Amino acid sequence: MTEPITSSPADTGAGGAGGKPPRTRGGTASRATPTARFTLPLPAFLRRHNLQLWIGAVILGAMVLLLAIGPLFVTGDPNRQDLLNTFAPSSIAHPLGTDQLGRDVLSRFLHGGRVDLIVAVVAVIVPFILGTILGSLAGYFGRWVDIVIMRLADIVSAFPFYVLVIVLVFVMGNGMGSIFVAISAVSWVAYARIVRGEVLVLREQEFISACRASGLSTPRILTRHIIPNTVSQGVIYAMSDIVLNIGVVVTLSYFGMGIVPPTADWGQMMNDGQQYMGTGNYGLILWPGFAVVIVSFALALIGDGLTNTLKPKR
Amino acid sequence: MGKYILRRVLLMIPIVLGVATLSFILMKLAPGDPAAAYLGDKATPENVAQLRQAWGLDEPMIIQYLQFLAGLLVGDFGQSFIFQTSVLELLTLRMPATLLLMLVSLVFAVVISVPLSLWVAAKRSAASAIVSRVFAATVQGMPAFFVGTLLILVLGVNLGIFPVGGYGSNFGEHLYSLVLPGLAVALTICPVLIRSLTAALNDSMSAEYTNFALSKGLSRKRTVIDYAFRNAGITGVSILGIQVGHLVGGALVVENVFAIPGVGSLLMEAVLARDYDVVQALTVIFGVLVVLVYLLTDVVYSLVDPRVRLGA
Repeated sequence: MTEPITSSPADTGAGGAGGKPPRTRGGTASRATPTARFTLPLPAFLRRHNLQLWIGAVILGAMVLLLAIGPLFVTGDPNRQDLLNTFAPSSIAHPLGTDQLGRDVLSRFLHGGRVDLIVAVVAVIVPFILGTILGSLAGYFGRWVDIVIMRLADIVSAFPFYVLVIVLVFVMGNGMGSIFVAISAVSWVAYARIVRGEVLVLREQEFISACRASGLSTPRILTRHIIPNTVSQGVIYAMSDIVLNIGVVVTLSYFGMGIVPPTADWGQMMNDGQQYMGTGNYGLILWPGFAVVIVSFALALIGDGLTNTLKPKR
Repeated sequence: MGKYILRRVLLMIPIVLGVATLSFILMKLAPGDPAAAYLGDKATPENVAQLRQAWGLDEPMIIQYLQFLAGLLVGDFGQSFIFQTSVLELLTLRMPATLLLMLVSLVFAVVISVPLSLWVAAKRSAASAIVSRVFAATVQGMPAFFVGTLLILVLGVNLGIFPVGGYGSNFGEHLYSLVLPGLAVALTICPVLIRSLTAALNDSMSAEYTNFALSKGLSRKRTVIDYAFRNAGITGVSILGIQVGHLVGGALVVENVFAIPGVGSLLMEAVLARDYDVVQALTVIFGVLVVLVYLLTDVVYSLVDPRVRLGA
């Protein structure tokens, strides 16, 4: 009934027994590491069949399917206004009613969800690649390469996530492009730390020594033998990173700094909903809000499930 | 001990300098001219040029950078043009609300997470594991503003128990109006806290000293509270320290939802009005605040757990 032993950050000694980066000289480097993925004790039947992975995948799949094919059935233009028919209750023409400009809420919900999810998923790619490259360089070469990259990571992660993202959007202006750049500029740090920690462990292992002894070039060792072994940890983190990104996109749009209107998106809808909360029309807040929660919940389950499947048994 | 703290402080200096430098670079990259923004639409080019000179904006970049750093050292963060006052004054006016909000959130986070983790570790049943896991996974995905809005909707508008916004005028009212915002911020850091506390507790529960406690006949509940939590609690403190960035981020978002006059809503107002000096100052201050909390956590950690400083 006992879990595979997960060491707490407190006693992860140098050298890192688990899949976690070892504690560096008491610095902030390892402190802010989001890698420490802790597993809660789970009943045996859940663990054996990795049910959470499947439950998460089914929920997420259903949501994606809804957003993908929903607009084929709900053909209304999400931006078509009908000022004589604002805040209409649900009807056959408008199953979820209309908003303050008489736009169809269901249609906006479906189109908005597409925008938010696509942005959130795509925004994972660049930080993933950038972080993997920088992290493996830092971990493999050590010395000044490590110092430069990890100090940069320290500086970036000294800023609270939302503060830096908002300031970056301030610098670059609203819109999807800015969201991508802002997220990329901040999120690579987490991947870099995870990969660096993995590489620190990997490079001491015998198969890497064997690679060196047989005369493989450093780039080849890195790309063929080191990085492939770090990817699974990156993928696991990417699941919670998508959740984080959905939060950022929706929050920025809620504050009018993200997806530019009139393009429908969940954050904007929720802002509209809050402004007109007095009218008793709560659908605008609740539909997108709970959709975000459901998607994030599914991703959290998938992340935990992947942790159980992919975690190397060292 | 003194040596350890000294080294941590020295390690902090380059990071603080990096934080200041990055903030400076970002502001210089931002489009628009602070002087023109300050003077508004009706300003003549001559006036703008005059102000640029007065503010030192026509100096070479390196001089401006050094002046900026020198300003930070003496607490001169520049001028806010939307509030027509010094940034320092704005900060002293609005920082207390944010700090109080963070404190309230911290209390909520601990009050929610610690009992839940203790319960999971003591019960060690399928039900408790699933409950805590579902709670963590659900809360994890809730944007802070959505939690805030829900709380307003249910406890503020429908039940009318708590104010839906504002900050009140005396300390009691402050606390009362910070209940819902504090809860909203707390929920953003609860998932991580619950996960790591539970893991740390489980770790401690498989250690020899807890085995000893159990085998001498102590109940699992007592062992968890009196033995395992002593050690796991230390982990909890350091996790809380790491979470300070999220705490600040949550406060930033939630202050705007609840119209609390703190530095979070100040940042948003400044960003929307393109009030350069305020944005720059807040960026630096948030960054330094986080670094300071990291330092504090490390020091506290090394005080309660000597392995850290001996091993370092």
